[in-house]
Amino acid sequence: MPGPMKIRATAEAGYTEIRVLMSHPMETGLRKGPDGKPIPAHFIENVTVKVNGKTVVEGQISQAISRNPVFSFRVKGGNKGDKVEISWLDNKGEHNQTEAAVA
Amino acid sequence: MRQVACRALLAGAALSIAASLAYADDTKQEIQKYQRMTAESSPVELWELEGADLWKQKRGPNSVSLERCDLGMGPGVLKGAYAHLPRYFKDTGRVQDLESRLVTCMTTLQGFSEQEATKRVFGNADKPSDMEYLAAYVAGRSRGVKMQVSTKDPKEKAAYEMGKALFFYRAGPWDFSCASCHGHEGKRIRMQELPVLSSPKGARGTYTTWPGYRVSVSQLKTMQWRLNDCFRQQRFPEPKYASDATIALTMYMAVNANGATYRGPGTKR
Amino acid sequence: MTKTSIYLCLGALAAGLAAAQTAQADPTPMEVRALLHKDFHAQGQATMSRVDQDDLQWLCTVSHNKPSHNRVKQMEAEQHATIVYPADGKYMGDWKKGQKIAESGKGMTWKDKPGAENGGSCYNCHQLSPKEASYGTVGPSLTAMGKKRGDGIEVQKYIYGKIYNSKASNLCSEMPRFGTSHTLTEEQIKDLTAYLLDPASPVNQ
Repeated sequence: MPGPMKIRATAEAGYTEIRVLMSHPMETGLRKGPDGKPIPAHFIENVTVKVNGKTVVEGQISQAISRNPVFSFRVKGGNKGDKVEISWLDNKGEHNQTEAAVA
Repeated sequence: MRQVACRALLAGAALSIAASLAYADDTKQEIQKYQRMTAESSPVELWELEGADLWKQKRGPNSVSLERCDLGMGPGVLKGAYAHLPRYFKDTGRVQDLESRLVTCMTTLQGFSEQEATKRVFGNADKPSDMEYLAAYVAGRSRGVKMQVSTKDPKEKAAYEMGKALFFYRAGPWDFSCASCHGHEGKRIRMQELPVLSSPKGARGTYTTWPGYRVSVSQLKTMQWRLNDCFRQQRFPEPKYASDATIALTMYMAVNANGATYRGPGTKR
Repeated sequence: MTKTSIYLCLGALAAGLAAAQTAQADPTPMEVRALLHKDFHAQGQATMSRVDQDDLQWLCTVSHNKPSHNRVKQMEAEQHATIVYPADGKYMGDWKKGQKIAESGKGMTWKDKPGAENGGSCYNCHQLSPKEASYGTVGPSLTAMGKKRGDGIEVQKYIYGKIYNSKASNLCSEMPRFGTSHTLTEEQIKDLTAYLLDPASPVNQ
């Protein structure tokens, strides 16, 4: 069961500022547990950002990103009330998504 | 995307720079640079937003939200409430800090037993606790508010004085008091600088960073947690959660921090 | 007693009580101890007796670590009497083991296994090897200790005693009494003494 995910989106002059906060262990697979064995890799691989149903960001990320990632994007144009949907998919096939209206 | 890859590279570069330097002063500078970068994209906001949802959720046997919780400025008044805590509450006859007051509201409004409300107060990286989300949210609502903790009521004054006495009380197999680490100017443990919490300067700079997201463990930690872990490292036995002793110490530090502007939940090493 | 003197006595008593009430501001160590017994509980190896102060802790608390002279020498002598020097008269062990003990901050907390080997937490408060950048400044730098003081038997004994019970020479020191508190064993203190004084130790490079 993935942890919380929140979006903050605000309409600015000529662009929309989007900020997304995710909960994810982003385990690299290199870290060793207390038993000395490597903790299996578990990290987000894909992040997709849609505004009003149209994909604006398709991100491929890796284990270099730290735990509980935070991303900020600026999207050209946009208006108050636009629907922002952000989803992620990780290397284990787990996924999460959330949406918010541009404030 | 390029933006995302750039941020990843920056984070990686900052970390490797911090790791390779041998000289303490340069290391200190790089640590400060790393701290600025982590503060810019801190996950701490996620705790505030999740806490906001929990605050409004109908929960417990009474199926009621926390929206009528009185944190000292009237039922449901959150703006600035944290900056005035701890304080005396007539309904409980006690001086209370944020976390003990949340327990009060969870029991009196939502109908949880005290045991249920305090069953899991400290979370972990995989599963934060409700208390951590709520504490972050409420504290965040005092962002930009000046610390004004009162000692007008005799019980508030008594809590302050007891907190002060406890701060300097040496005991345990290592003869430590809080002051052993937090009572001497300009000292550090390993590379962690030690604020002097018995002085306004030290208290103002540090008290206002709690509760805070600790990057090294990927968790939001509260003041009750910080006190608990301090006593553990002092080689003392364990304080009871939200007990008078912990509130007295919080009172001492909060009053010493008066005048500082609370900057919202912090981001820490 | 005359009526006047009775009233004078009562007046003085009332004034005394009034003064006592307004002077309630500073809780005593006994009151702090009572609060700790009410609000703390034993956990792991950390028993409640840990919050009871011994004479030294009490004196250093009430005097804010600046006790008056007439008690200091006597109490330091009492602390010195707790030092158990090695029966074989040897004070230096293995500096390689000593380094590990100096680096380790484990032990004596409620999360530590009772009876397990404890660390000395030395780097938490002191600088030791000049190559180690992550050192504390709560205590003075111990870098080049052996180079500066030599490794003669008197210096060895002095350092051994300092680690065992530093309060024998500085009553209200913030440094724990590692031997007296049974945090470190005789062998561990010997290894730490070697880490500080052995010419081959990183501390003296």
